Amino acid sequence: MSNQNLSPTPASDPPPRHVPGSGEARRHVLVAVVNNRPGVLNRVSSLMRARQFNIESLAVGHTERPDVSRMTITVRGDDVAVEQVSKQLYRLIDVLKVQDVTGERRIEHELALIKVRATASTRSEIVKIVELYRGRIVDLGADSAIVEATGTEDEIDALVALVGGFGIKEMVRTGIVVMLRGSAAVEVEGLAEAKTEEVS
Amino acid sequence: MFVRRATSSEATGDENDEAPDQQMTMTSRPSGHVPGAGTTAAAEVEHARSRMLRDQKPRGRTRIGADVVCEALLRQGADVLFGYPGGVILPLYDVFGDYPDLRHVLVRHEQGAAHAADGFARATGHVGVCLGTSGPGATNLVTGLATAQLDSVPVVAITGNVPAALIGKDAFQEIDITGITLPMTKHNYLVRDADELPRVLAEAFHIARTGRPGPVHVDITKDALQQETQAPHPTDGEVSAGLPGFKPTFDGHPRQLKMAAQQIDRAERPVILAGHGILVADAVDELRAFAEKAQIPVAWTLLGVGAIDERHPLAYGFMGMHGWKHVNRAIQSADLLIALGMRFDDRVTGKVSTYAPGAKIVHVDIDPGEIGKNVAVEVPIVGDVGRVIAALRPLVAQRRAEERRAYFDELAAWRRESEASSWHGSGAWRDGLLSADYVVNRLGELTGHEATLVADVGQHQMWLARYAGFRRPNSHLSSGGLGTMGFAVPAAMGAALGRPDHETWAVCGDGGFQMTLQELATLVQDRIPVKIALMDNKKLGMIRQWQEIIYGGNYHSAQMFGPDYLKLCEAYGIPAFKASTPDEVDPAIEAARAVDGPAFVWFEIAEAQNVFPMMPAGKGLSDLIEKWGGADE
Repeated sequence: MSNQNLSPTPASDPPPRHVPGSGEARRHVLVAVVNNRPGVLNRVSSLMRARQFNIESLAVGHTERPDVSRMTITVRGDDVAVEQVSKQLYRLIDVLKVQDVTGERRIEHELALIKVRATASTRSEIVKIVELYRGRIVDLGADSAIVEATGTEDEIDALVALVGGFGIKEMVRTGIVVMLRGSAAVEVEGLAEAKTEEVS
Repeated sequence: MFVRRATSSEATGDENDEAPDQQMTMTSRPSGHVPGAGTTAAAEVEHARSRMLRDQKPRGRTRIGADVVCEALLRQGADVLFGYPGGVILPLYDVFGDYPDLRHVLVRHEQGAAHAADGFARATGHVGVCLGTSGPGATNLVTGLATAQLDSVPVVAITGNVPAALIGKDAFQEIDITGITLPMTKHNYLVRDADELPRVLAEAFHIARTGRPGPVHVDITKDALQQETQAPHPTDGEVSAGLPGFKPTFDGHPRQLKMAAQQIDRAERPVILAGHGILVADAVDELRAFAEKAQIPVAWTLLGVGAIDERHPLAYGFMGMHGWKHVNRAIQSADLLIALGMRFDDRVTGKVSTYAPGAKIVHVDIDPGEIGKNVAVEVPIVGDVGRVIAALRPLVAQRRAEERRAYFDELAAWRRESEASSWHGSGAWRDGLLSADYVVNRLGELTGHEATLVADVGQHQMWLARYAGFRRPNSHLSSGGLGTMGFAVPAAMGAALGRPDHETWAVCGDGGFQMTLQELATLVQDRIPVKIALMDNKKLGMIRQWQEIIYGGNYHSAQMFGPDYLKLCEAYGIPAFKASTPDEVDPAIEAARAVDGPAFVWFEIAEAQNVFPMMPAGKGLSDLIEKWGGADE
């Protein structure tokens, strides 16, 4: 076996070529505007799975247009890897626009429902904490209460930590949705006025 | 008894008879076992089920969904189809007789249909079409669609599915095929309404061939094929307007073009990496003109073979894992790589961190998703590679070969060194049998380098790419990305029908040939003049090579029994010839060429010849193995 080095005498050893995705990972928030058609969520999640992009949260819902849905996707990765996420999403025919809003001024909220243990003796304390976090009690039972809270992930984490002391029986979080502040918006250029319904 | 792909009425005939009896006996429950009995949904399911069982012919000849499919195919110029009938696609076969301009080729396995459509598309540049029924018919297409997806080949696959109301009920031959093809197609559709068919089929062809080509799958329910419809076919404008999320970028950004031109003018050791994109974009002339103006040598990927005539002074050779040593050496020592329509596959780069360490990279691709995916690049340009290099050419300085004399002399010396290596030009004989590289070299020579040579997958594929000598674009077809064994014979079938003006050869190993040899019958029945060159080493040669070099000589499952191929061909009625010695090679090839129709040549080649040089997986382009053990290769 002859493993000779084929590189002819470079002046000095060059640094190794940068491998995409090997940089510092951070949390990115992507907004994807997609056709509101059956199967589109599956296309997006299938692509993320197949390309090993790790979704931290994904929220999807209607927009002001009935034929268009909007997904808010949070992923962790270096900037190059996350750019790959949006480029790969663009390959989907049903994806109309992808924008990384990580660096933008924005409102970023999620909603949580938290069922906490609440006895007669702890109830008032729970109510106080919830009010402090601008949440509300939406259901009250003999030994439990459902707390509804909206806010940033950090705010909800903090509330969860506080009410956690009483005992959480059940919790569900929607994942964040975002909107740019001011007149900026995630807009799709050249979107036709009306669209027909899709079959698939 | 359930017979695969028997028509539904045959296969489920017993149930058909039983169903009414069962209902009669259930007097206490007049609605029988129908879930949700009494609801509209349940009635629809029952109705659909009974229609599926009876397989009714449409009454009269009003225009139905199946007609729309035929009209759409003709409108798209897709007049050759490869397919296999089955229960739910039969409404389409029922109307084929009314469209004599459509030629349907009955394959012997749906995988053959998909590869044939793929080979047709690669040879012609037009969309290839394959058909299959639901369930197993559709899953059999999948390997072919994945092959087309990884090699960016425009294919439209049409499958039937069970009637809409039965979808999700695990009906006979029902499978979630759009769920299966989703990750291996450019796009897919499930159509339940014939009124949608004109738009969906027009979109499917548009998407398949526009931008970066790829396969599109259209799954159509049986009731949609049978449904009456007056829906008109959309215009091209309507198709684009209906796809706001599909707008490929064709022209390179002027700022990026300027940056690329600066890098090119500054470079002293530039190399062009020509990929499949050059052929897809029909940019062979632009590539040559650009390379000549800037005096830049051209290396090519496996799918880029044929992007430049190999006799051209700037044509330098095939790169990568089993590429030429001199080519990989040029890449490793380059100061600029101009990557044109290629995607830095791991077979091309090896270990990325040691790839072309001194080079800046200009990367041109129509798919932005390819840029920065595998290799970080300095100048990305998104666009059609033909248009980009046409726009780039006026921006770069005119060079004369003399200005690069030292560089070119070094490259020429490396090439000579390569060609003097033990692994090159080892002669016709090896171990008392034929040397594989000699055989493919003779095949190229005797066909005047004009034939379409379709490779299967394995050692012979690498020898073919290196030694057959390609001069014409799209004369070399190879399953590069997926590496699909069994590709060659059915793909050659499609290529031969697509380009009847070119002689077509399928070059196979004995492993790959045995995967799809049932298509021999298709060649005979449809009189498709494919010539087959079987490189028989009675082994899975590439497996054996890896086992020898990487797995310490543990040759598990590399040994392979094969039939007497002369008798096999005789059974099919295909003239066959055998060559075991060098002096038998040319006469056997000429004898096969002289046959009017399919023919077969059985080459007995050395059993243990290795493809060298070889870059072991996980190593870099500078870590080539050139020989192994005591024997020279």
